[in-house]
Amino acid sequence: MKQVTITVNGTEYTKEVEPRLLLSDFLRHELGLTGTHVGCEHGVCGACTIMFDSESARSCLTFAVQADGHEITTVEGLAPDKDNLHPLQQAFWEAHGLQCGYCTPGILMSMIPFLKQNPNPTEDEIRHALSGNLCRCTGYQHIVDAVKLASEKMK
Amino acid sequence: MKPASFDYYAPNTIEEVLDLKHQHGDDAKFLAGGQSLVPAMNFRIVQPSALIDLNRVNELSFIKEDKNVIRVGAMARERHLEFDSSIKKYTPLLHEAVPFIAHPQIRNRGTIGGSIVNADPAAELPVLMIALNARLKAKNKNAERWIDAKDFFAGMFTTALKPDEVLVEIELPFAEKNTGWSFMEVAPRSGDYAMMGVATLVTLDKNKKCKFAKLVYLNAGDGPVDAIEASQSLIGETINDKLIESVASHASEKEINPFGNIHASIDFQRHLAKVLTQKTLKQALERVSK
Ligand SMILES: Cc1cc2nc3c(=O)[nH]c(=O)nc-3n(C[C@H](O)[C@H](O)[C@H](O)COP(=O)(O)OP(=O)(O)OC[C@H]3O[C@@H](n4cnc5c(N)ncnc54)[C@H](O)[C@@H]3O)c2cc1C
Ligand code: FES
Ligand code: FES
Repeated sequence: MKQVTITVNGTEYTKEVEPRLLLSDFLRHELGLTGTHVGCEHGVCGACTIMFDSESARSCLTFAVQADGHEITTVEGLAPDKDNLHPLQQAFWEAHGLQCGYCTPGILMSMIPFLKQNPNPTEDEIRHALSGNLCRCTGYQHIVDAVKLASEKMK
Repeated sequence: MKPASFDYYAPNTIEEVLDLKHQHGDDAKFLAGGQSLVPAMNFRIVQPSALIDLNRVNELSFIKEDKNVIRVGAMARERHLEFDSSIKKYTPLLHEAVPFIAHPQIRNRGTIGGSIVNADPAAELPVLMIALNARLKAKNKNAERWIDAKDFFAGMFTTALKPDEVLVEIELPFAEKNTGWSFMEVAPRSGDYAMMGVATLVTLDKNKKCKFAKLVYLNAGDGPVDAIEASQSLIGETINDKLIESVASHASEKEINPFGNIHASIDFQRHLAKVLTQKTLKQALERVSK
């Protein structure tokens, strides 16, 4: 077992973990932050995407021990308080950017850094940026619309 | 879908890395970005007894200009290569190719060294290393040596590194004057491993005759495939459409050896190689003059 101190959504947690514990499982099972979803565990589906020191990354391809001393942001860290959504979340609500919602946390955590780097994205750029996240429900059109709407809200 | 147990070490210096490797031997693996190793561990295709994590070795993650070369530490992230201004200026072929590697979420973690040592025949960076005539610096506890990229790749997922060696640095020569470049690939979806791809360089002399050419293919054999005959047949010539057609036919029919997969038959891969050779040569030529 190794002791790690990881800041998640601004709160510091110190825990004993096995080296083989994936960061995705640490977030879900050790911290109860089940907003981070697990689809494939080999980097392909994007459901487990989180922010590692403010850059998007797959939590299923990182060990929790590697996050020692680092800052992680998960979907639970987006909303400012329990009555309000982050503008990106609000846009997904308004534009019907989700159906079952399984893919949504990973998509949100990919789009936060994307919109930061590209505040005025074209539809093509949005589609390209979404290519690392699989959605089995929506057919993507409403997700593209939601990201476009979010870019306007976040100006 | 969970990895087997292992001991974990997170050294801060190359010296500690090499000591740990010396102590733990063949069963210990280096962990770079983890974007190839961790999936393999999750599937239990590999079960190392120990992981030596390179992520805290700061001296391995640099990109810097030196005399006529760019030096890149093995732990430089693919995402950093993508946005680095020296790479864009002096090795534009690499700059053009990096965004084709996976997705930003993967490139944020994946490293140049990890991709090179992984030696996947479908990967972009090994092909780029051959095309750019890179040199790779390997180190073990007792010695260090430079290996030319052309001697580094030794077949499917195999390299010239010895088990106790760590790749520390990649040296990339600046592009020569009057060189045009082009990288293109075709993948089922953006970010997927490509069905076929080619990295192309052409250098012209002052009479606009070709004095150097390079055509290197991915997913076209058991490692990066350097089409030496096709490139050679361009040298000394004024490149026109007819020559491009014959060079593309030769490379795609005679020099590459694709295996086919669920996305593309061997014939289709050869067809893609031919079309991509023509397109990249044309684009490279257009860029020489600029
Ligand atoms: C969904 C997905 C899509 C992908 N698509 C592509 C793609 O289109 N093209 C592509 O090229 N790649 C792709 N990749 C792979 C990605 O580029 C990897 O990052 C890369 O191949 C490995 O780099 P890494 O730093 O993650 O290495 P790791 O996975 O950490 O290591 C890979 C291997 O190299 C060894 N190693 C690492 N660093 C060193 C070193 N310095 N010295 C000695 N040995 C070392 C490790 O022990 C291990 O055996 C994809 C990955 C995923 C998950
Ligand atoms: S669960 Fe991590 S990418 Fe699918
Ligand atoms: S909304 Fe169901 S997977 Fe995307």
